[in-house]
Amino acid sequence: MALLDYFLQKKEKQVTTAFKAKERLQIIVAHERTCRNKQPDYLPQLTEDILNVLRKYIKVSDESFSINLDKKEGNLNVLELNIELHDEKSRD
Amino acid sequence: MARIIVVTSGKGGVGKTTSSAAIGIGLALKGHKVVLIDFDIGLRNLDLIMGCERRVVYDFVNVINGEATLNQALIKDKRVSSLSILPASQTRDKDALTKENVGKILEELAKTFDYIICDSPAGIEAGAMMALYYADEAIVTTNPEVSSVRDSDRILGMLASRSRRAELGLEPIKEHLLLTRYSPKRVEEGEMLSVEDVVDILSIPLLGVIPESQAVLKASNSGEPVILDIESDAGKAYQDVIERLLGETVEFRFLVAEKKGIFTRMFGG
Repeated sequence: MALLDYFLQKKEKQVTTAFKAKERLQIIVAHERTCRNKQPDYLPQLTEDILNVLRKYIKVSDESFSINLDKKEGNLNVLELNIELHDEKSRD
Repeated sequence: MARIIVVTSGKGGVGKTTSSAAIGIGLALKGHKVVLIDFDIGLRNLDLIMGCERRVVYDFVNVINGEATLNQALIKDKRVSSLSILPASQTRDKDALTKENVGKILEELAKTFDYIICDSPAGIEAGAMMALYYADEAIVTTNPEVSSVRDSDRILGMLASRSRRAELGLEPIKEHLLLTRYSPKRVEEGEMLSVEDVVDILSIPLLGVIPESQAVLKASNSGEPVILDIESDAGKAYQDVIERLLGETVEFRFLVAEKKGIFTRMFGG
């Protein structure tokens, strides 16, 4: 009986617990690494403020605006703004 | 230039102190001047693993507070004369350690010693941060087990962002993976993450694989670091770690389970 169990078990062993462990870890570690490299706390407020200033002069939708803070080598940080300007016509 | 090496992990109980003790003795046996520092303020244990618990008079915090000199606090190992131990204090305030005063002590030690091994406390609190802050290299001790691997990854994040090297924009801390409590048999049975799995997930260079071994408990029972048990599998694995730390290329051992009996082999186990 033990021998039978042994062979049956062998067949079910396609997905081992070690395999599951690796999969789960890869997902959680990848997720936590992205959070770790997350943008600084002030960025949402900064985005809001910049948008408000821009909107005094031009029409900017949320989709046509993006902001990014990138860490380059060493101590260099680059703040990147991307604003898509629409046709004057659509402005009114 | 002294090499400052932190032995860290995030998770507790994975073998940081065992590894610190083994590596300290191992490097000293190679003729280097080594100091082992216990950063686990309040939960001193390195002294016990090193077998010098009854010789502790002054500790790390005494030195910081100016109640003792470094020379008074350092305990010379009885087996290897080029090895000293700076014990953690047992009862004092954890906040005694600051970047400034720890920095001063390390600077002082760097004048005499070739290797400064910092045995980090578990967790990611102030003590652990202090242990890794000045490090040039980090030995990330990990068990092949989900929580340990995840915590090791957290610590890798800390090494990259909270260390002195990170703050000053210097060359990053050199990271080493030390996989401990490894059981090749369980890996083959699909019950344990393999070396490749862990290296894959953490993606840092592998320094050593220490097999799960009865020698480790025996070593701590008697206060004789396991590397001195030269016949044991764990002892040999730590000797390989020393060679690699010193720049040698040594093949990894104890990665496959011992040969199985004829019956299991016949039935394809």
